[in-house]
Amino acid sequence: MDSILASSTSTLESVKHFINVACEPHWFMIISVAAFFIFLIGYRFWTKPAVAATIAALVTLFFLASCLDDNFNKIVTKADNVPIVIMMVSVAFLLWLAFRQAAINDERMEKGEPLLEAGADDKVLVWPDLVYSELIALVLCTALLIVWAIVLRAPLEQPANPNVAPNPAKAPWYFLGLQEMLVYFDPWLAGVVLPGLIVVGLIAIPYMDKNPRGNGYYTFKERKFAITSFLFGFIILWVVLIIFGTFLRGPNWNFFGPYEFWDHNRPAALLNTEFHDLFWVNLLGRPLPGHYLMRELPGIILLGGYFLLGPLIMKATVFRKLSRDIGFMRYSMLCVLMLFMLLMPIKMVLRWTLNLHYIVGITEWFLNV
Amino acid sequence: MINQFGNWIRESQIWGSIFRHGVPRDRRTRAMAILSNVFLHLHPVAVRKSGIRLSFTWCMGGITFFLFLVEIVTGVLLMFYYRPTVEYAYFDIQGLRAHVTLGLLRELHRWGAHAMVIAIWLHMLRVFLTGSYKPPREFNWSVGVILLVLTLLLSFTGYLLPWDQLAMWAITVGSNMARATPGAGSEGPLSAFIQIGGVPLVHAGDDARFGLLAGTFVGPNALLRFYVLHCVFIPCVVTVLLAIHFWRIRKDGGISGPL
Ligand code: HEM
Repeated sequence: MDSILASSTSTLESVKHFINVACEPHWFMIISVAAFFIFLIGYRFWTKPAVAATIAALVTLFFLASCLDDNFNKIVTKADNVPIVIMMVSVAFLLWLAFRQAAINDERMEKGEPLLEAGADDKVLVWPDLVYSELIALVLCTALLIVWAIVLRAPLEQPANPNVAPNPAKAPWYFLGLQEMLVYFDPWLAGVVLPGLIVVGLIAIPYMDKNPRGNGYYTFKERKFAITSFLFGFIILWVVLIIFGTFLRGPNWNFFGPYEFWDHNRPAALLNTEFHDLFWVNLLGRPLPGHYLMRELPGIILLGGYFLLGPLIMKATVFRKLSRDIGFMRYSMLCVLMLFMLLMPIKMVLRWTLNLHYIVGITEWFLNV
Repeated sequence: MINQFGNWIRESQIWGSIFRHGVPRDRRTRAMAILSNVFLHLHPVAVRKSGIRLSFTWCMGGITFFLFLVEIVTGVLLMFYYRPTVEYAYFDIQGLRAHVTLGLLRELHRWGAHAMVIAIWLHMLRVFLTGSYKPPREFNWSVGVILLVLTLLLSFTGYLLPWDQLAMWAITVGSNMARATPGAGSEGPLSAFIQIGGVPLVHAGDDARFGLLAGTFVGPNALLRFYVLHCVFIPCVVTVLLAIHFWRIRKDGGISGPL
């Protein structure tokens, strides 16, 4: 009996260990990105109610089982983290709802049948049809919010003390995507330039997307590029990073697996590979040039090539039709925004593989990329 | 009995002076019910049937607006109890829990704020996935993005007010980034070049972070500044933009649908 128990605990431990490893930054991101594309490619299959319900049931089961683990439980049930669990569930559910309707619409369009949203002339009066649904929604939301407020106390920690810094010091959860960017970029990029570009990019979307189809109904087939790139930003680079920052970042902003104890003594990760070292010392076998501009020239050329040649190469290959359709200005804008967005995953991969610190590191001017 | 009483009220001069239309039973009076009420008048009289299906809009814009109203009401009530000074702030918040009857105000306000952030993202997601930002709704999408930024700023400024460890250090992490603003933060790229005769113009005592915190650290001035932004300035701007947002929904032809 004892030995059965012992062996089952050790299986459990090795499952937990496996999941802890799978949650390490590189695996976590690789698995998320893979799941993202598999979902998009197979959207007609995954969104079938039976398939989606099975997946949801499995995930729920896994989540509940995980709550038996102390370390997992402690972080998930922290009052300020509960909204994130709510967000995860609602994003997943509504993505399903949207893609389910897109799958149905896409199939109907292939068969030449009317869309789910068809019947533009079917008008109903706002009183009573809309006003009453609004009233019901209002009552339901009020009730839900009151229950939430009764069940969960708003957290209040010790009085503010400028001399005692908590470790980890986390930004509010909706900014954790930005804080996670700080791992890969200096604050001027992660905290100022990239957030600014996110806002500019969002505002620019309707002016760059000249595709007249898919206006006012759910579809994926007619807007594959637009939807994929928007969701990549929203799901992978925002929601996934928030989940990561909340549940898997602990003291010293170190990574901790979901079943791991938050050990405060683990030192912060060391970053010691600079691109200028790789180029001058490792590749050419020469000492670093004395002047910093000369020293950083290879990195500057690399980045310059990325932002200047990238759009040209894409224009000649994957984006040949798109760049013709939307014209020079829109295409340039689109490229700049997309290349900035992709800078994040690129820097992540460089960090995991080469432990790269800076591509361009003009520390003298605080100008590091 | 009850019916009679109801009729008596509806036929009185007072009722008639407030609601100028009859009981909304037929097309005309139902249209009048919307047209003659300043709040309901945000709506058109008739809407596309597919546009108000729950599976289409998820009601997320409406829920965001509802949560904004909850925040205003609970926020005003909280202002009765809260003083934005380093001496009082924390203990006022603590007192809310201990002394105020049915002390749910803080809970409602805090969870409502979290919920609003979630709801606005989901609203944006649905607008994107239905392609509702396409012409003629480009401008309203842009107004929406500004609303999104302001909603996040509202949450961010409110985060400091309890003046506990969580608040102070989250804002410290956040505002430290302003120090790195290119050309405007003391540790930002290119700032070192902005100088006159060797005297740097951008330093810790006048950079972007200083402007945000009204000081070089998260202290009493920052608390007051965040309080005013949180309770007065940003809500006013949001209200104006919401008026534009709702107005434009109607002017752009109502909730989107297949052309
Ligand atoms: C305080 C925040 C906001 C509130 C209260 C709000 C409210 C609403 C409401 C009530 C609607 C009617 C349809 C619906 O419920 O979906 C709507 C539509 C719309 N919203 Fe918002 N919104 C907000 C933020 C945003 C954001 C962040 C965006 C986009 C980035 C946005 C873009 C739009 C657009 C384009 C429409 C028209 C959609 C259509 O015609 O189908 N709004 N908004």
